[in-house]
Amino acid sequence: MSAYQLNVNGKDVIADVDDPVMPLLYFLRNELGLHGPRFGCGLGQCGACTVHLNGAAIRSCVYPIGNVQGKIVTLEGLGTPENLHPLQRAFIDEQAVQCGYCINGMIMQAAAFLKRIPKPTEDQVREELRPNLCRCGTHIRIVRAVMRAAQAESRA
Amino acid sequence: MSALIERRALLKASGALIVTFALKPPFVGAVQTKTKPVGLDSVDSYLAIDSGGLVTVYSGKVDLGTGVRTALTQIVAEELDVPFATVTLIQGDTELTPDQGVTFGSLSIQNGGAQLRQAAATARQALLKIAAARMKVPPETLTIDAGTVIGADHQRLALQALIGNQTLSIKVDKTAPLKNPDSYKLVGQSVPRLDIPGKVTGQFTFMQDFKIPGMYHGRVIRPAAMGAKLISFDEKSIAGIPGIVKVVRQESFLGVIAKTEWAAIKAMRQLSVVWSDWSELPASTELWQHVRQTKVIKDDVTSNKGDSVRALASARDRLQATYDFAIHTHGSIGPSCAVAKFDGDRLTCWSASQATHNLRKQLAAMLSLKDEQVRCIYIDGAGCYGRNAHEDAAADAALLARAVGAPVRVQWMREDEHGWDPKGPPTLLDMRAGIDSNGKISAWESELFIPDGVAGYVALVGADHAGLDSLGKLSPGGVIQDLAIPYTIENVKTVAHRLASTPFKPAWIRSPGRMQNSFANESFFDEIAAHQGVDPLAARLEYLTDARAKELLERLATLSAWRTRPKPDWHASKSTGWGLAYVKYELVRTYVGVVCEAEVDRKSGEIAPKRFFVVHDCGQIINPDGVRNQIEGNVVQTVSRVMKEELQFSQSKVTSVNWASYPILQFPDVPEVVIDLIDRPHEVPWGAGEPTAALIPSAISNAVFNAIGVRLRSVPFTPLKVRAAIEHTDRI
Repeated sequence: MSAYQLNVNGKDVIADVDDPVMPLLYFLRNELGLHGPRFGCGLGQCGACTVHLNGAAIRSCVYPIGNVQGKIVTLEGLGTPENLHPLQRAFIDEQAVQCGYCINGMIMQAAAFLKRIPKPTEDQVREELRPNLCRCGTHIRIVRAVMRAAQAESRA
Repeated sequence: MSALIERRALLKASGALIVTFALKPPFVGAVQTKTKPVGLDSVDSYLAIDSGGLVTVYSGKVDLGTGVRTALTQIVAEELDVPFATVTLIQGDTELTPDQGVTFGSLSIQNGGAQLRQAAATARQALLKIAAARMKVPPETLTIDAGTVIGADHQRLALQALIGNQTLSIKVDKTAPLKNPDSYKLVGQSVPRLDIPGKVTGQFTFMQDFKIPGMYHGRVIRPAAMGAKLISFDEKSIAGIPGIVKVVRQESFLGVIAKTEWAAIKAMRQLSVVWSDWSELPASTELWQHVRQTKVIKDDVTSNKGDSVRALASARDRLQATYDFAIHTHGSIGPSCAVAKFDGDRLTCWSASQATHNLRKQLAAMLSLKDEQVRCIYIDGAGCYGRNAHEDAAADAALLARAVGAPVRVQWMREDEHGWDPKGPPTLLDMRAGIDSNGKISAWESELFIPDGVAGYVALVGADHAGLDSLGKLSPGGVIQDLAIPYTIENVKTVAHRLASTPFKPAWIRSPGRMQNSFANESFFDEIAAHQGVDPLAARLEYLTDARAKELLERLATLSAWRTRPKPDWHASKSTGWGLAYVKYELVRTYVGVVCEAEVDRKSGEIAPKRFFVVHDCGQIINPDGVRNQIEGNVVQTVSRVMKEELQFSQSKVTSVNWASYPILQFPDVPEVVIDLIDRPHEVPWGAGEPTAALIPSAISNAVFNAIGVRLRSVPFTPLKVRAAIEHTDRI
């Protein structure tokens, strides 16, 4: 067993794991009960597992826990039902969800992106979200939600 | 605050979370039973009102990510005139909810909603009668507002107070009057979806998130080839992995059970297994010959009018074409997942199945249990778009849980989902038409080549491998629907040749058969119009008699500016075209018209569907934004299927096993969707989950023809096929 010191959603946690290669996702979901990030492919191909590591969007399904250094933020850490992040607010306002399995990845990818590019064009949003897959076909609303959040942020 | 959060607060405040019959009968009748009624004909199968006035709806139809949880709640709250936030919906629990049929076929509102509405109307009628007796006034003088009956002289009685010691275990009255739609406050409104706040904050519990104490994690090792048998495995090969609980083998079913999910995954990857050789799939390059050569069990004639053979023989012009549609996978973003738990010889299985009532029977058969010994409980999963692998994951979990004597959670890996979910079968259509000497279409014939069977039980993968019967039969879905055409032509014969087999176990994927048949019908109709030099819209209007259809198409013409669209230049290197398609779903329900605007690059063969105009008439609309969300999803998902998707396989197995080998549409290629909803509040509500999808293939192919004069008759429309079609057309 190895113990790793992690910081998740602002809290220090110790991860006791027997395999440093285990992807971060399993620790977040099964040990911390954080269900924002979800297993979609285990290959870094779909984005459902996206979390922030030091502010950057990473695929937690292929990120070995032994390599994690710094602060992790999950969808739960981004905002709560009582204190929504502007993107979460915008996804509700645009009703930009069908089954919702991919939505964690959409919001987390977009949140990291809007930090870098606060006033993107719609094409930039589409390009940024290219690697995030949605099967229900909610793309149009997702793009609208990200644009809405960007506008809300720039007004704030 | 969101509706869901408000509701939670309300539920907390009233001190009652969810009242189930088994725990606390909300209606105290003469005969108290331990189990909650679930028959289709009884009001209390569908509805309960507790002493605090909270309403519980028991729905056999489930929310597959389409928003029906919200829409069904609207229907009941409306018909009972209770506040929306006081209604909670329980879905797909075989012990609590009536078997309202599988959640498929765009039927949740049309059938499930209608049943709930009638149950609520019956309850309303009964409650008003009780109130009238108490107030000593005629029931007609009473109204209900926000859960309170109001008399003409301002007497007020809360619904729950009316129930008292009475029972509402009454038969659903098919004649109980429904509210006048003119008085609707909730139905017809874009009520925000109840599940979305939880889904965007990580608070929502998906099937994949569900846990119970003492639960192990299981994974199943699938055969190396589709029909391979397990010869041997070496348990020592995983000896070094901490937390392995058990390796389970039953014939060719092989699973690992571990204390942690990662250990189960590692064991699945690392276990050394020997499988027999197997390579009996047709070569993928010979798929269509294979389909043509497959034995036909029977013919289903779906329409037969006049004498099409004679009319064709005497036709001035004859047209014929063959259409084919590739094998597709469901492609759920979240692989299928289930949890199974035995209490003695009773099984409880939590699953995202669209058919928990059927799953119960299949699991019971597989395990030689009685149906009553199995309870299946629905929990929302990733979208399934038909019969994906949720049920198969349930079978795996049940087999492993029984073997280890503890609860087991199984989540499939990506390669399991792509490799082993049942497939939309390869579909082939031969089309023929005749034009008589007056220039009228005098004959229409089609022959569909499609596996036999209906939307029955799809065999469970784990059961197959374990040598167990799970009631499975060839079940491609209702795939012969929409082979018959909506157009008035004098001589018509449409025949489905039902095949004895198909290379991959089939099942339904969104708009099964209707999509493939509409692709052929609407593209071929376009071919005929082009042959005659008639505008595709004018041609349709000429052969349609249905006033609702004509109104829809006129609105489509306006929405898409059809009649003033520019004329494409067939010789330009890049050309934009417009294609039109129409369907009256299954010839009896939702009307849809679609125009696709697509740009075609003659040189590269690349097609870019830029914009879709959709006019949609599903009768009474329950939630307009919900319908729009579904229409957008239908368009975008089907653009993906039509432009990109085709299952790859070797002669041994599926080789499209992830998103790299089965690519789907990505954000930059997503088209714009412009929608005009026709709301008819006084008509019955029909579904919106499928019909638009049926038109996307033909709308695109017709747009491509309009752009460059080339017909695409084979889905997917890959650049390679487009270039080949261009070369072929240029040679003629």
